[in-house]
Amino acid sequence: MMKNLSLKLNFADFFTYVFLTFMAFLSIFPFIWMVIGATNNTTDIAKGKASFGDQFLINVAKFFEQVDVPLIFWNSSKITIISCFFTLGIASMAGYGFEVFRSKPRERLYTIVLLTLMIPFAALMIPLFISIAKVGLINTHAAIILPGLASAFIIFYFRQSTKAFPGELRDAAKVDGLKEWQIFIYIYLPVMKSTYAAAFIIVFMASWNNYLWPLIVLQSNELKTITLVISSLASAYYPDYGVVMVGTIMATLPTLAIFFLMQRQFVQGMLGAVK
Amino acid sequence: MSSQRAEQLGRYKNITGWMFVSPALVLMGIFMIYPILWSLWMSFQTGKGIRTKFGGFDNIVRLANDPIFIKALVNTMTFLAIQVPIMIFLALIMASLLNKSNLWARGWFRTAIFLPCVTSLVAYSILFKSMFAIDGVVNQSLMFIGIVDDPIGWLTDPFWAKTLIIISITWRWTGYNMIFYLSAMQNIDSSIYEAARIDGISAWRRMISLTIPMMKPVILFTTVTSTIGTLQLFDEVNILTLGGPSDSTLTLSLYIFNLTFKFMPSYGYAATVSYVIVLIVVILAYLQFRVSRERK
Repeated sequence: MMKNLSLKLNFADFFTYVFLTFMAFLSIFPFIWMVIGATNNTTDIAKGKASFGDQFLINVAKFFEQVDVPLIFWNSSKITIISCFFTLGIASMAGYGFEVFRSKPRERLYTIVLLTLMIPFAALMIPLFISIAKVGLINTHAAIILPGLASAFIIFYFRQSTKAFPGELRDAAKVDGLKEWQIFIYIYLPVMKSTYAAAFIIVFMASWNNYLWPLIVLQSNELKTITLVISSLASAYYPDYGVVMVGTIMATLPTLAIFFLMQRQFVQGMLGAVK
Repeated sequence: MSSQRAEQLGRYKNITGWMFVSPALVLMGIFMIYPILWSLWMSFQTGKGIRTKFGGFDNIVRLANDPIFIKALVNTMTFLAIQVPIMIFLALIMASLLNKSNLWARGWFRTAIFLPCVTSLVAYSILFKSMFAIDGVVNQSLMFIGIVDDPIGWLTDPFWAKTLIIISITWRWTGYNMIFYLSAMQNIDSSIYEAARIDGISAWRRMISLTIPMMKPVILFTTVTSTIGTLQLFDEVNILTLGGPSDSTLTLSLYIFNLTFKFMPSYGYAATVSYVIVLIVVILAYLQFRVSRERK
């Protein structure tokens, strides 16, 4: 009987490993495909050749020939860094303000902030586009950055995390004669480092990967982001997939790097919403 | 005297509070509240380009008679109804398998299954487009294993194009949802499981009658976020299929985009379509609120 039980357990374990290995393989395969693709020419990729080729350097050279790579990277980085800096600043101030200084009217406004989480971007893009055009910001990076600066989700995330910020720290700082803005900068900011890290990852990912809105407001090639560039390379009538794969790797590397360097904060940032 | 001081302090605190929240509130007002109200007003306007006039409910009448809109709505709801349950089911199974603390290489499995979340929607759509080409690696593999005899027209057949969109979204988001479930499962007291196991309750029954009821709030949360996400589906279809073949993968967001930026813009009608999404989201969020109220 004992033997029977252990046999049954082993079968369950076996099934678990087979299933998980299969799922892990499916999850990773497109990444492997991306790397293999970068080493093959476009005909081999279209024919499904799943082994490494010798076209990698040629593809890289072609990519650099077709695209002004440093400029495109600069565009993406600039938009992402400015977005992260201001979004974190504005949202953490708001989250701190809503949580520490409570008042009835502000609570009501906070409810509205939370309600805006339900608004789909599709319902905003037409009026946003018209307003941006009216103030002459079409085809500028400011047009991409501005609408994203006040993120309801990041405000919510900071308010939730501020609940764990010890009030005694504030009191002690006040006794020491610190002003409110000093408390925020010299006490709150360093104490909440991990919250900032997680929020940074959320904003970084959203901004680096943003597609629809930049697609609408950017027209000139020299302003385009890496995400826009690879999508337009891939939607050509006869896309050169070897080149596209090199571009896709380059677009994915920064987010992959952040994921592996800050895995804990990455997952924490994703889970932030349900805490 | 002291009450005067308290009042003064209260007012001071109030001003500081406003200072902290006002930058965010001003930006939200400009880039959220104002546009959403404007597009509501717009949805009552008819006409093309900048020549518009008040049309009352004309746009709503047009909606009901617009076969392309109906198609986009049906497609979006089909993606929702099929993809969200499959993904949540898969994510729950994987989370419960990964929740065993003695599992070998657990961290590796978890990282691998989570990895799709790291890619941008654009990047993975491009990869899928090349993998699912007619002679691509997926068809080659399926024919090699012997599942199909002829290559599947993933990008050219209406049914398979829909399937491809569902496969793609499932690949991208299952690991994301799994992380939520895994963290919720780790918060469940393991002694409950021990007791159930000792009582001889099978793993399957433990999942159905212990795990899932306890995780109802998280499942509800992920269902609503997935639903809102799917209702806004744009990047994937715009890159994989452009809504084709013959509008079989056209989504509401893509249709709004086309109405506004591809054809001669009819802003009013596009705004009306966008309010259909708003309406569905509000209804679903209300339902979630109701269900979570009932629990208490």
